[in-house]
Amino acid sequence: MFDSLSDKLQAAFEGLRGQGKLTEKDVERAAREIRLALLEADVNYKVVKEFVDKVKTRALGAEVLQSLTPAQQFVKIVNEELTALMGSASTKLTFSPRPPTVIMVVGLQGSGKTTACGKLAKFLLGEGKSPALVAADVYRPAAIDQLKTLGAQVGVPVYDEGTTSDPVDIAKRGVEWARTKGRDVLIIDTAGRLHIDAKLMDEVARMRSTVKPHNILLVLDAMTGQDAVNVALQFQEKVQFDGVILTKMDGDARGGAALSVRAVTGKPIKFASTGEKLDGFEYFHPDRVASRILGMGDVLTLIEKVERTIDEKKARELEQKLRKSSFTLEDFLEQIQQVRRLGSLSSLLGMIPGLPANKLKGLQVDDRAFDRIQAIIYSMTPEERRHPDIINGSRRRRIAAGSGSDLHAVNQLLNQFKQVQKMMKQLGSGRVPKNPLQMFRNPS
Amino acid sequence: MAHDWSQVFRGISPEAAASARVESQAAEEKPGGWLTQLREGLAKSRRALQQQFASVLFDRFDEELWETIEEALIYADVGVETTASIVAKLEAEADAGLIKDRSGLITRLREITAAHFCQDDPRIDVDHQPAVILMVGVNGTGKTTTIGKIAWHLKELGREPLLVAGDTFRAAAVEQLVEWGRRVGCEVVHQERGGDPGAVVYDGLVAAEARKADVVIIDTAGRLHTQVNLMKELEKVVRVIKKRMPDAPHECLLTIDATTGQNGLIQARMFKEAVNITGVVLTKMDGTAKGGIALAVSHDLGVPIKLIGTGEKLQSLQPFDPLTFASLLFDETLGRV
Repeated sequence: MFDSLSDKLQAAFEGLRGQGKLTEKDVERAAREIRLALLEADVNYKVVKEFVDKVKTRALGAEVLQSLTPAQQFVKIVNEELTALMGSASTKLTFSPRPPTVIMVVGLQGSGKTTACGKLAKFLLGEGKSPALVAADVYRPAAIDQLKTLGAQVGVPVYDEGTTSDPVDIAKRGVEWARTKGRDVLIIDTAGRLHIDAKLMDEVARMRSTVKPHNILLVLDAMTGQDAVNVALQFQEKVQFDGVILTKMDGDARGGAALSVRAVTGKPIKFASTGEKLDGFEYFHPDRVASRILGMGDVLTLIEKVERTIDEKKARELEQKLRKSSFTLEDFLEQIQQVRRLGSLSSLLGMIPGLPANKLKGLQVDDRAFDRIQAIIYSMTPEERRHPDIINGSRRRRIAAGSGSDLHAVNQLLNQFKQVQKMMKQLGSGRVPKNPLQMFRNPS
Repeated sequence: MAHDWSQVFRGISPEAAASARVESQAAEEKPGGWLTQLREGLAKSRRALQQQFASVLFDRFDEELWETIEEALIYADVGVETTASIVAKLEAEADAGLIKDRSGLITRLREITAAHFCQDDPRIDVDHQPAVILMVGVNGTGKTTTIGKIAWHLKELGREPLLVAGDTFRAAAVEQLVEWGRRVGCEVVHQERGGDPGAVVYDGLVAAEARKADVVIIDTAGRLHTQVNLMKELEKVVRVIKKRMPDAPHECLLTIDATTGQNGLIQARMFKEAVNITGVVLTKMDGTAKGGIALAVSHDLGVPIKLIGTGEKLQSLQPFDPLTFASLLFDETLGRV
């Protein structure tokens, strides 16, 4: 289903390609595919309807008809409208001039509130704040233990009164406690509750009016379906939340619920939470998730990451080398080291658009393979690194022994290097290699 | 009206079920029994659908009507593909003149929807000594809570369940299961957090044999189906179980949160690929979510929905019946509100 989705869109856009003008029929067909894509991405059907109508109107206007590349224009319109709907900029938290700034975290059971609280605390520590946590979930067994464990891992204090006090009182005393302890941000973890549970919704409303938090964040599971709209509307009515933390973003759910919530409540998605590790927490970028919902890959994230890590001067040198086709093993080593600075390979591959999910499935990239490659290259003389052609049988044996690997591994690396060299030449000449994954495959 | 719990578990004698029925009824807080609770939960789902149908469902079958039915199914998270297949069937019957009027249409809509579920035995197999049940699912779907409920029902039926804290990863997951064990009154085998789940599971099975427990229920860490290494860990847990008891696990239940959208199907497929899922527990059916993804999952995987979770109490567990589910979604008064 996942793959056919991208394919369908691709096919719809394919139909738009190579034509001077867009007919109404073309637009209808592409719009239908987008409608299906959005529904499969769990965007609420009412939101989908409005959205598709908007895109159709814009696409049928002169804007597209006068364009030289209708396909590009159409994709652009869809992406722009999607980004506009998600809120065009990432939104920050409100910090009180009189600390502590109080952040109340609410949501359904199992959406990931407690984990999100721990991650938010760590995130704020990184921003130079001194956060603290309050355990106000007195219902779920061991919820307090969970928050205390997270607090210890992150290194922030946790206020709790066990399970016998009223959560509203705990929150109130928690704020006082934070003030005396000199903590400038206080995160209140509340119990998971159903949006139609009158008693618990009343409790959270009372907590809001007693504690008067500066930020109320709704935690939303990225996998949520059509019901996200009901949940968001109910929480908005009862607690008027300020923004959303979208959790479990490391799964393969498209996260259409985020779009629905934004569309019906007007509240921004503020943070995206990914992964089991506590540092998987960042500001939400609407443009990126827009392309994720459409299945266009998270190109922007990749570009930004690459920009941040790769030294521009070195990149220019490399480009020169590519042009002259003098790419050596030394450059190869340099490349590997730069790529590694970006993060794990599997996370990088996930961000490249055009790599279908089914091809990535089962392709577990072993980062340790890089260590082995590095060891082999380090065992070569500078002369050998610059001119791999001189590496004969006896040199190979020496390199294998020196790097603690075997002849087979050395041969494999040299072959791989030749392939990369060839690929680089193609890139330099503007031709795209057929299978860019080849160079990432595990040598074993 | 109470459910006959011998209809829910395979291997429970009707006598044991009969005596338990009284106790579990007495333990209930709400009057009216299981079906009332279920109805109350599903009534919320129903209302939304009724509104959908209200404006168009007159005694005529035009394009607008089909679109409304489609949208209602989409809104229930049934998914585009399954919706298309159900509506196509209904449309074909209508075109052939097999459906005469509105009430006939609703009846067939229910029947076709119900028939789309896998029709295998929905009972949970506890007809082994000991029976081993493995709970799996993504994070936050309600594995641990469901274990507490199943254990409570088995205890009511005179069985001796033993819980195994196989979630050694999440902070306080062990404490959570221990607390459920305390409430139910059954033993929980656990180790330090961060340990090897395989080792805990092995210990659990050894303990079950030594203590002559009837049913071993194994909790596992919530994991996203995209984490290949964690899915491999799950495969290992099954291998460990098989090493000690070659015919176990007798049940491998996947929890799916009713609020889950289309990703639920991908989740289910990946879990089925890793471990042999024998049934689905559809949790959090007491909200406004319709749980329609269960339809696609059951059909696609060819496994029955075995139970539904309808709240946080130990009693809030219901047997699943496809026609009841479909009937409560598509009400008689549909379109006449």
